[in-house]
Amino acid sequence: MPSFVIKEKCDGCKGRDKTACQYICPNDLMVLNKEIMKAYNQEPDQCWECYSCVKICPQSAIEVRAYQDFAPMGASVIPMRGSDSIMWTVKFRNGKIKRFKFPIRTTPEGGIDPYQGIPETAGNLKDELLCDEAGTTLAAPKK
Amino acid sequence: MAEQTGSMTSTDVLNNYKIEEVNTDLLIVGGGMVGCGAAFEVKKWAPKDMKITLVEKASIERGGAVAMGLSAINTYLGENTPEDYVKHVANDLMGIVREDLIYDTGRHVDNTVKQFEKFGLPIFKEDEEDKRTIAEGAKPLRAGRWQIMIHGESYKVLVAEAARKALGEENIYERVFVIELLMDEAKENRVAGAIGFSLREPKIYIFKAKAVIMACGGTVNVFRPRSTGEGMGRTWYAVWNAGSTYAMAYNAGAEMTTMENRFVPNRFKDGYGPVGAWFTLFKSRVLNAHGEDYMQKWGEMLKDYPPYGLAKVPATCLWNHVMLKDWMEGNGPFYMNTSGAMKTLFETLPEKRKKSLEADAWEDFLDMTVAQAGLWAAMDIDPGETNSEVMPTEPYFLGSHSGACGMWVSGPSDIAPKEWQWGYNRMTTVNGLFTGGDGVGASGHKFSSGSYTEGRIAAKAAVKFILDDPGYKPTVHTDNQTLAERIYAPMIHFEKHREYSTEENVNPYYIRPRMYLFRLNKLMDEYVAGTSTFYKTSEASLLRGLDLLNRLKADAKNLAAGNLHELMRAWENYHRSIVGELHLRHVLYRQETRYPGFYYRTDFPKLDEQNWKVFVNSKLDRKTGEPELFKRDYIELVAKG
Repeated sequence: MPSFVIKEKCDGCKGRDKTACQYICPNDLMVLNKEIMKAYNQEPDQCWECYSCVKICPQSAIEVRAYQDFAPMGASVIPMRGSDSIMWTVKFRNGKIKRFKFPIRTTPEGGIDPYQGIPETAGNLKDELLCDEAGTTLAAPKK
Repeated sequence: MAEQTGSMTSTDVLNNYKIEEVNTDLLIVGGGMVGCGAAFEVKKWAPKDMKITLVEKASIERGGAVAMGLSAINTYLGENTPEDYVKHVANDLMGIVREDLIYDTGRHVDNTVKQFEKFGLPIFKEDEEDKRTIAEGAKPLRAGRWQIMIHGESYKVLVAEAARKALGEENIYERVFVIELLMDEAKENRVAGAIGFSLREPKIYIFKAKAVIMACGGTVNVFRPRSTGEGMGRTWYAVWNAGSTYAMAYNAGAEMTTMENRFVPNRFKDGYGPVGAWFTLFKSRVLNAHGEDYMQKWGEMLKDYPPYGLAKVPATCLWNHVMLKDWMEGNGPFYMNTSGAMKTLFETLPEKRKKSLEADAWEDFLDMTVAQAGLWAAMDIDPGETNSEVMPTEPYFLGSHSGACGMWVSGPSDIAPKEWQWGYNRMTTVNGLFTGGDGVGASGHKFSSGSYTEGRIAAKAAVKFILDDPGYKPTVHTDNQTLAERIYAPMIHFEKHREYSTEENVNPYYIRPRMYLFRLNKLMDEYVAGTSTFYKTSEASLLRGLDLLNRLKADAKNLAAGNLHELMRAWENYHRSIVGELHLRHVLYRQETRYPGFYYRTDFPKLDEQNWKVFVNSKLDRKTGEPELFKRDYIELVAKG
C-alpha cells in the first residue's frame, strides 16, 4: 500500500527545520516539491507500507491507499500515535470499523538513560562478558 | 515509469559537490539492531578519546528491518538452556551451523531483552497483574517456546534513542549511503574505512577508520517478487535491505559462508503478514483447499530427511517441501485455519483472555505488517469467520531469521574450536572488519534481540582490536577526487549521454537502476530456482544463469542516475547483483538438495549427509577478481538427539 499525501492538509512542514516524512522514510521515498511546498512519494512501488511517514506527519496529511495490483478498494487503516500509545482505526471495505489501542513505551519520550544500573567500569576487555554482565559466569557447552 | 524528480539532480550534484573526510577509530555502518546494539555497548569499553562514528542510509529511528516495529521478540531463552537453543537452530537450518556462535548469542540474549525493557519496551507478562520487570522476576508471556509477546510499535524508536544518547548526535551520520569499504594500501587484508554519499546534499564522505562494523541487513528483491506491480514494495523482509552487507564484505575479500541458503517464508498471501503467532500462540494449522492438513497427509515424506524431518518441530524448509508436494498434486490454494483455531481457543481460554484475543491477533499485524491488516480490511476478513490464504514467497537472503547467509567470523575465545577463532569475536577474515545479525553466517534464529546482542559482542571485540594495535593509521593513497568519481559514476554517465535521446529512460548508452533490477530479478527467477520454476534448478540452468548474470554485471558500468535517490538505487541494485552471483555460485557448488522446500537441485535431488554435511564458503581473490569456493568442516559442539 503506497503512502500518499493529502494536498489540502500538507503544509510542507514550513515552520520546521526539515520535512518530517522526508526525514523519517526508511526508503528515501518522501520528497518535498519546493514550488508548491507539498510532499509526495517519489517511488510508490518501493513503499513497504511501514507507516513511518503516516505516524510522524504533524498535519495527519499522509495516509495509505491499498496496493492496487491485489487489494480491493475502499478500506483504510489509520493510526494516531501519541507519546505512550497508538490508536488504530481499521475501516473495512464493507464499512465496518474496528478500533484498537496499544501501549508503545513505558518511559517518557527522550527519557532513556541507556546505562542506568550499569557500573561505570564495565569489566575486563579480554573476557567475553558484556557491560551488564560483570561478575557473572558465562555458560559453556555441555557435550 | 515517470522520471523521479524529487531529489537533487545529477547536474546540481556534480556542479556543487564537496568532499568530507571523517577520521574515526570505529566506524559502524548501518543503524539497525546490530548498529544500535554496537553503539550501546561500545561506549562502556572504549577509552574516552576513542572516536566512534555511525552511518545510516535512512534515520536510525526507523532504519533497518525493525523500522515498522515487531509484535514479538523471537529469541528469549528463559527456561531453556543455550544447549537447547543450539539444537533447535541446528535442526531448523538442516544441520550446518556454527554452534559456537549460536551458543554465544544464546548465553547473552536474555540480558539484552532486559535492557530493552529498561529502555521502555512494553513486554506482556504471564500474569497481567504482575507489574514487575523481567529483571525483577516477572515471567514474560510466551507466544512459543522461544518467543515472547511485546507491544513493539516503537521497538526501534526506543533502541535508536538509547544509541543516539550513547554515541552523541555529532557522531551519527544519517542519510549517508555507504557503497564500498576502503582497504588499507600498506597492510594486506586490513580494512581502513568506507566511502559513501549524502542523499540530501552534494557531498561525498571518506571515512577512515581503524575498525569497521558492517551491518546493513540482509537482501530483498534479488529474485522477481510475486507482486510485480505496485505491490512490489510489499516484500516480506524490509524492502530497503539491498544486500550491501554481503556485497561490500565480499568485494573486500571477506570469506562468506552458506550463501546457498535462502529463506522462503510461507506467509499470508500478498500482505506477507506474520503467521508465527497463528501457529504457536493460536495453535492454528494450514489446510489445503479441501480442508486437509497437508502435514498429516504427507507426513511420511519427512522421514526422507533424518534427523531434521523427525524432530518434534521439523525444519522450516521441510514444511514448505510438504506443502509444495500437495500443491503440485492440485490441492491448493492453502489457508490458515484461523476460524477453527479461534473457535477451539474460545472453548478453552479463561474469560479474561478471550476479550484480548481479537486485539492480540490484530496487533500482531499492526505492530509489524500494517499492510496485512489493510488487506484483511479490504477483503472484509474476520479471522474468526474466514480463513486467509497463505503462500510461499520469493526467496530472501539473511542470517538473522530462519536463514544462514553471511560472513565467516571468528567465534568466542572461551568456547569456539581453534579452527573457528582468530582473536576477535565476530571479526570476519578481513582484519578489522566485524559484523553481526544478518552479516554473521551459519547462525540463524537470532532475530531482533540476538542481532542487537551480536552488535554488542562485535563492539567490545572491535575496541579490543583497536587498542591492541595502538600505532595503526589507515593508509589510503587513492586521492579523494578519484573516489568521488567512482561514487558518482552513474551520475557522470547519465550527464554524458542524457541529451542523445528525447526520452531519458530509453537511451542506448545507459541502463537505469530499475531496469538493471528487473533484469537481475528475471534471470534469478528463471534460472536460479525462483517462484516460476517452483524453486527448481540444475547445473545446466545455473550455468546459463551465470552467463546472463555476468553480462548484466558487465553492464553495471553503464548504470545511470539522474538524481541522488536514483544514485542510491544504482549502488543498491549493483549490490543485489553481487549477492545474486554469490548465491548462484554456492548453489552450483553444493551438489545435493540441502534445503528442500527452499530450493531443489533437480540433478541432485537428495540430501547427502555423507558428502555435504560441510560448510560451503567462498572468497574473492582480489588480485584475479575470481571467486574461490571451498568446503569447511562442520564441528559439533552440542550433542543432538
